Amino acid sequence: MMGTILQSRLLPPPPPIKLSHSSLLFSPSQQHSRSNLKFTSKSSPSTITMASIKVHGVPMSTATMRVLAALYEKELEFELIPVDMRAGAHKQEPFLSLNPFGQIPALQDGDLTLFESRAITEYIADEYSEKGEKLMCPGCNKVKALTKVWLNVEGQQFDPIASKIAFERVFKGMFGMTTDPAAVQDLEGKLVRVLDIYEARLSKSEFLACDCFTLADLPVIHYLMGTDSKALFESRPKVCEWVKKITARPAWAKVVDLQKQ
Amino acid sequence: MTASAFEKWTSLTGIKVFGHAASISTRRVLLTLHEKNLDFELVHVDLKDGEHKKEPFLSRNPFGKVPAFEDGDLKLFESRAITQYIAHRYEGQGTNLLQPDSKNLAHYAIMAIGMQVEAHQFDPVASKLAWEHVFKLIYGLTTDQAIVAEEEAKLAKVLDVYEARLKEFKYLAGDTFTLTDLHHIPAIQYLLGTPSKKLFTERPRVNEWVAEIIKRPASQKILE
Repeated sequence: MMGTILQSRLLPPPPPIKLSHSSLLFSPSQQHSRSNLKFTSKSSPSTITMASIKVHGVPMSTATMRVLAALYEKELEFELIPVDMRAGAHKQEPFLSLNPFGQIPALQDGDLTLFESRAITEYIADEYSEKGEKLMCPGCNKVKALTKVWLNVEGQQFDPIASKIAFERVFKGMFGMTTDPAAVQDLEGKLVRVLDIYEARLSKSEFLACDCFTLADLPVIHYLMGTDSKALFESRPKVCEWVKKITARPAWAKVVDLQKQ
Repeated sequence: MTASAFEKWTSLTGIKVFGHAASISTRRVLLTLHEKNLDFELVHVDLKDGEHKKEPFLSRNPFGKVPAFEDGDLKLFESRAITQYIAHRYEGQGTNLLQPDSKNLAHYAIMAIGMQVEAHQFDPVASKLAWEHVFKLIYGLTTDQAIVAEEEAKLAKVLDVYEARLKEFKYLAGDTFTLTDLHHIPAIQYLLGTPSKKLFTERPRVNEWVAEIIKRPASQKILE
């Protein structure tokens, strides 16, 4: 999503969207067979090439990070295929056949193509529910519903604000534009209201949705911890503790490592 | 039925929606309940009085937004989390709002993509247009035509993608009506009464899809 914000300001308008074939095509009559494509921990290294998961994106993109974190939590093998954002590759074919909205990431798992990072992470959590970490609250529909509540909170309440702050504080500087302090102040005013709610929630629950780490806790906090905005997180004890816990996870360290490469 | 008998009857089913009958998000939940033929009580929240920003509503949704929801002892908020819960919990009843083969995770993921697209690509734009064209006027404010033009340009791009998608499938997630389509209905109903309607009508497949989804009995019920 950050890439999209950047590109929409720096590149000429994208060419008209032409779908030569739908990446979302599936035949309802086909059984979606997974058995020959699963990676098992008993496989020898040579069978790793059987891994069928490909992620199209860049490690700097927070939406891509969301998907990478989920894949690492699940200990799944995958291939990261870079998308040349500066060349506008995400707004052209062949990428548009993966995501007609021209945004990274897209994911391929065998013959299945997905986009929208939160749809992808939910798929990963469900399809590979037996592997690695559980990423949904365990139990019946009523308990699962709580994961969905906080996933929607992350997507609808937290993310729009956090990503705009990251744009102001981090990305604008990288592209020779100046941070708008009034915008930052306004956005931080909104963010603290959300973080107050998180603080209250985390006083009652180990993690956002329940007492286990779930998709709602994936630590995509938009680089804010490297900016002055981190004070808003650190000044709230439960939030501060939660941020430390989620960013200390081995899966997250692997995502950060990818960014350094 | 007397008022107290009605309350006793609806409290047996345990489903309550705390919201406003005209709110787009509240209507998303009401549509789902109607599609499922579920009995429920709509508890009116007085938005113009700021009831949603105060207790006791904040205990139901700390973000101070309608709707909130209750099914027995389960309390939820975020309309799209609520609709998904209803679709799963009451899967055997009323309209199926999931994919026909609900256990197929690949097909579920396709539907999930559509729900994310509605939430992140469609709704922010459609809501701004509904605000400019409809709700502002109710509050005696004037439409900002510059914002309308900007948002209509964004909506056009989204609807172009939908047009291509709907050339291959009858509905957004496949050949059956699902939550993905349902989530769009309340905002579309508002926009059809505004100049922005043309964005839907000038795209043939989108136009047909809109006509299909708004003529559903549940879609008519929420307008009453």
